[in-house]
Amino acid sequence: MNGALAPTPLRDPQARRRATGLLIGVVVLWPMLVLAEFRPAALFESGNLQVMKGFLASFMPPSTSADFLGLLLQATLQTLAIATAGIALSFLLAVPLALAVTHALSVSRIGPGRGRWWGEGVRVVVRMVMALLRAVPEVVWALVFVRALGLGPGAGVLALAITYGGMLGKVYAEILESGDTRPARALLEAGSGRLAALFYGLVPGAAQELASYTVYRWECAVRASVVMGFVGAGGLGQLMDQSMKMLNGGEASTILLMFLLLVMLADLLSAALRRLLG
Amino acid sequence: MSLILHNVGLVHPNGQRALQGVSLVVGAGERVAVIGPSGAGKTSLLRVSGSSLRATEGRVEALAANPWQLSARGLRRLRSRIGVVHQAPPIPPRLRVITAVLAGRLGTWPMWKALASLAYPADIAGARDALLRLDLADRLFDRCDRLSGGQLQRVGIARVLYQRPDLVLADEPVSALDPALADAAVGELIAHSAATGATLVASLHAVDLALKWFPRIVGMRGGEVTFDLPAAQVSRAMLHELYATEGSVLPTQGNDPGALTLHKGDLKAGTNVVPLSRPGCR
Amino acid sequence: MNPADVSTAERARAAGPCLTCAGVSLLLVGSVVASFVYLGIDFAAMLSGESMRLMGKFIAEFFHPDLSAPFVAKAAWATLQTLAVSALGTLLAVAAGGVLALPASGRFGSALRQAARLLLNVLRSVPELVWAALMVLAVGLGPFAGVLALALHTTGVLGRLYAETLENAPPDPERALSDAGSSALPAFVYGSLPLIVPQCVAYALYRWEMNIRMAAVLGFVGAGGLGQMLYFHLSIFQQAQAATVLLAMLLLVFVVDILSSRFRRGLAPAYA
Repeated sequence: MNGALAPTPLRDPQARRRATGLLIGVVVLWPMLVLAEFRPAALFESGNLQVMKGFLASFMPPSTSADFLGLLLQATLQTLAIATAGIALSFLLAVPLALAVTHALSVSRIGPGRGRWWGEGVRVVVRMVMALLRAVPEVVWALVFVRALGLGPGAGVLALAITYGGMLGKVYAEILESGDTRPARALLEAGSGRLAALFYGLVPGAAQELASYTVYRWECAVRASVVMGFVGAGGLGQLMDQSMKMLNGGEASTILLMFLLLVMLADLLSAALRRLLG
Repeated sequence: MSLILHNVGLVHPNGQRALQGVSLVVGAGERVAVIGPSGAGKTSLLRVSGSSLRATEGRVEALAANPWQLSARGLRRLRSRIGVVHQAPPIPPRLRVITAVLAGRLGTWPMWKALASLAYPADIAGARDALLRLDLADRLFDRCDRLSGGQLQRVGIARVLYQRPDLVLADEPVSALDPALADAAVGELIAHSAATGATLVASLHAVDLALKWFPRIVGMRGGEVTFDLPAAQVSRAMLHELYATEGSVLPTQGNDPGALTLHKGDLKAGTNVVPLSRPGCR
Repeated sequence: MNPADVSTAERARAAGPCLTCAGVSLLLVGSVVASFVYLGIDFAAMLSGESMRLMGKFIAEFFHPDLSAPFVAKAAWATLQTLAVSALGTLLAVAAGGVLALPASGRFGSALRQAARLLLNVLRSVPELVWAALMVLAVGLGPFAGVLALALHTTGVLGRLYAETLENAPPDPERALSDAGSSALPAFVYGSLPLIVPQCVAYALYRWEMNIRMAAVLGFVGAGGLGQMLYFHLSIFQQAQAATVLLAMLLLVFVVDILSSRFRRGLAPAYA
């Protein structure tokens, strides 16, 4: 079993590659730290520490004054309303977009008939539009709308409508196409209109998944509404932003607790609804 | 005495009995082969001897110490003197062969050396020597998932050779090797035992290998020791009776109906433990 | 059974689930209407002539982005800053998440497991923007607050994913090494770590991609990068400059998308 013994000790062939990789990592890390103004010492600077200590100290006890709790309740309901209204409004965008993009509803593809390239072109354009709507985060839309329309929930609702319109449109189209598309095709071949083919052909099979995804998105919308509030779009986010600007830790901690509770409840509600639909 | 088992019994948590009244005394430097049909309890015997499993009945003494009465440090030190060759070496696929072999001495290396060796192998020459004996020196820096089952099994043996233990427990160490390689590998284990004075207890499925290399044969069946004799005294009749459950043909290297291939506890390369696609809010 | 009975029974059964359907639909429609009413958004005023004209003017200015060299340079710098923030935040989260994943996977007992999981859940549930607002208080305005915010939130996400990966990894290699006398840390590093590294790297890259988007937005509460620039220019109604920053954001997201899908094809085994 003895092979020929090598005369010189072997070296690790991967050592050089690893060393180079490490060097590159270090070389890239330094400018990154500079760009990001990485200063862990800032955490312990006396000025910042005072502010943070004071803020954290005021976290306990959480604010429970009657006026504040009233405001809190209002803000919570407002957040829920923004999410619900936003999703509802996004349907106005999502449904036509999904309709336009679903292969299974394309009359020109049967055959293929006339206008096939036109149909394909429309689908490509609509898909790009949806991607564009999705590419900008809803917070950015919210900020723009707050500047355009003023503070308040309207900005949040519109921002959700736009981004979620694109998101829901894309996923609805995927869900509709992933199921059995033969009933819809049969209807189209028999000359029915596209809407009829959608409702009688595709929706019955896909309804459960469509509804389930929509409920899941609503849960995300609740979280997004809180985040958008930080740029002035109402709800819990705006309330928390105001409390923090005044360094009122008690209010901030109450709102944070309320937010965690809300997220948990939304999660439970959405799970229950999805189980009901399933 | 290297290994003493006194009336050892083992019952698995699910109620299955693996060992019954097993008594065995192995002196220092002895070489013993354990043979028997599948399910005879050979693996359990070795695991109990190596203190990776605790016997439910009886007494085990390895290297003159009762493993379960030692302190944590004492147990670790004892275990570093016991080398286990697994049938399916539990080596992470992405590990390189050299790291897998060097891992044999993790029990004796200080922490800093163990961690530093990951950046640059601490003892390339030593690992290479161990692999040379098993004809794998040219694969020193390859990844383990590029090896065949038989080559991986040899890496497992090399790891134990590098460990230089005082007691070697080998559980079907050559099951995935072709007859010539298997014979050579067993020869290496024997040579290592002769050179270092280590005790060797190996379970083998191929009877001819056992009879050829080992001076003492222990036959097991149904969790019990049926015979414990010098190799010359083992008759064909005894072997046939031992393997009666596996048919009339004795398992040898040439015709091994019950040969177990490397599949137990295999770690497939690139196993993905949690799927990446999970719904997120974006 | 009488055919007439069958049809009534069938009809009754058919009416059953529909009743729940109808009830739920009514509830949904009701809650949508209630939401709009509660918010009291004055759509009439929003869509009025005057308001539309002002909106039109506001939006029109977006279509003339400021492409002067100095400003584009500023936007490029902000983009690099955003990238740096996302990368550092993710790196810190990999380290912290990795450390927390050990107790969270149950290696040190069930009490620590619950505690670690609770901590990770809290870190995860608080949105990055809220963390950023808190961190601005702790370390002042600037990208460092963004780094900490991303690090905190992503630790929660990665910590939980890493804990699950650890729990699902086969224990045999590590156990074989401990049985050969190795102490706990080397056994882990030689035995279990190589098993989980590809998956952990894949998760980290995935989160980094998400974090780039997030880092661009964290500037809204003062955490630097493209977000802070956008917020600033919008506050003083400089739509032209804001449009440039928006274009930079879109370009960043677009490039990251392309690079990541190409990279992912190369990493296919880890993502499979």
